[in-house]
Amino acid sequence: MGAQLRIYRRRIRSVRATAKITRAMELIAASRIVKAQQRVAASTPYAQAITRAVSAVASLSDIDHPLLTERPDPTRAAVLLVTSDRGLAGAYSANVLREGDALTEHLRERGMDVVHYLVGRKGLAYYRFRDRPIAASWLGFSENPGYLQAKEIADTLINAFQTPAEDGGVDEIHVVYTRFVSMLTQTPEARRILPLEVEETTEEPVGGAFPQYEFEPNAAGVLDALLPRYVEARIYNALLQGAASELAARRRACKAATDNAEELIKTYTRLANAARQAEITQEISEIVGGADALVAAGSE
Amino acid sequence: MPLQVDLVSAERRLWSGAADFVVARTLDGELGILPGHVPLLGVLAEGFTVKITGRDAGTGIVAAVHGGFLSVANDEVTILTEVAELSGEIDVARARAALDRATAEGDEQAAARSRARLAAAGQPV
Repeated sequence: MGAQLRIYRRRIRSVRATAKITRAMELIAASRIVKAQQRVAASTPYAQAITRAVSAVASLSDIDHPLLTERPDPTRAAVLLVTSDRGLAGAYSANVLREGDALTEHLRERGMDVVHYLVGRKGLAYYRFRDRPIAASWLGFSENPGYLQAKEIADTLINAFQTPAEDGGVDEIHVVYTRFVSMLTQTPEARRILPLEVEETTEEPVGGAFPQYEFEPNAAGVLDALLPRYVEARIYNALLQGAASELAARRRACKAATDNAEELIKTYTRLANAARQAEITQEISEIVGGADALVAAGSE
Repeated sequence: MPLQVDLVSAERRLWSGAADFVVARTLDGELGILPGHVPLLGVLAEGFTVKITGRDAGTGIVAAVHGGFLSVANDEVTILTEVAELSGEIDVARARAALDRATAEGDEQAAARSRARLAAAGQPV
């Protein structure tokens, strides 16, 4: 077998092995998206109910809660970036990091120092490589986040928020995550989570008519207990949306990789066939040439 | 008119349906809710149970709730909790082992959780 042909065959084998891996990853991601979407859906009733409760307390009482008040002169801001733990997900993490850089730039223009909190190994690697300081990072659950992890992150952030800026605390907290719009569209989004801008859900009663609630033990006590839960629910939602988006991005990236690999295999197969045919043609012409030479030698 | 009850944890909706009576414990003490209750927003005490009876709930659905909120408005009762377990899902042996461990370590919070689990499962504590 000729050298050229051998090289083509080796290439085909290697590309085929890669295609097998990417095909498997594509299928795994596709099957997990459904589950991730279900988890987003399953967490919605809680998020809606807690949003309703916070809006009710905030609109019925005029309590100044530290988590609701804007600081007059913010000097430090925290940014939480939700990235993936593993690669092969196209531009998923890169998009979040780019959005995070834009937000950081914007906050710096407003005269704030920015501290970064990271979820996911990809984000951590990006920051480590560039030698940027990180306040804290959480790894190992980007595909499958649980409520406990969201709680841990929320606790850290609320703690930082309640520390005065001079002692290393922050005045604002933002989160950058990827919103899962559909299987084909996922958009990176930056949101401020503290101080809270209480978001209205779509299923609000018309005119915002909350009944005159009685509070137990009292309005301040209820708000005290509600607000941290609300922040946790928001972070949990960001993590779940990120997980669904990551899987969708991975499925698409791996599908593209598999398609490209198949295209490559086709090209190399054609080249290998041509090389084999060329070899045969050459052999035939050598034999014919040899026979002609023998005949010519014999007739002399 | 029955109560419309939703028992929702952060990760999923645990139970939803019509019921006649809900018993829960807020920070101020035990509380029974019948149809026609005034609108209420309360903080649930950690490590107790919520009991829902009548209609869809039948003879009673009991859940261990570990902190959360109770909201009542227009005969709709929503119980929001970070972590909740229905009585049928509780592993009694494990809860008891957890209680023993928590008591030995003096971890009050974990002990309260385990006691709520056992109470929800109808076990003496």
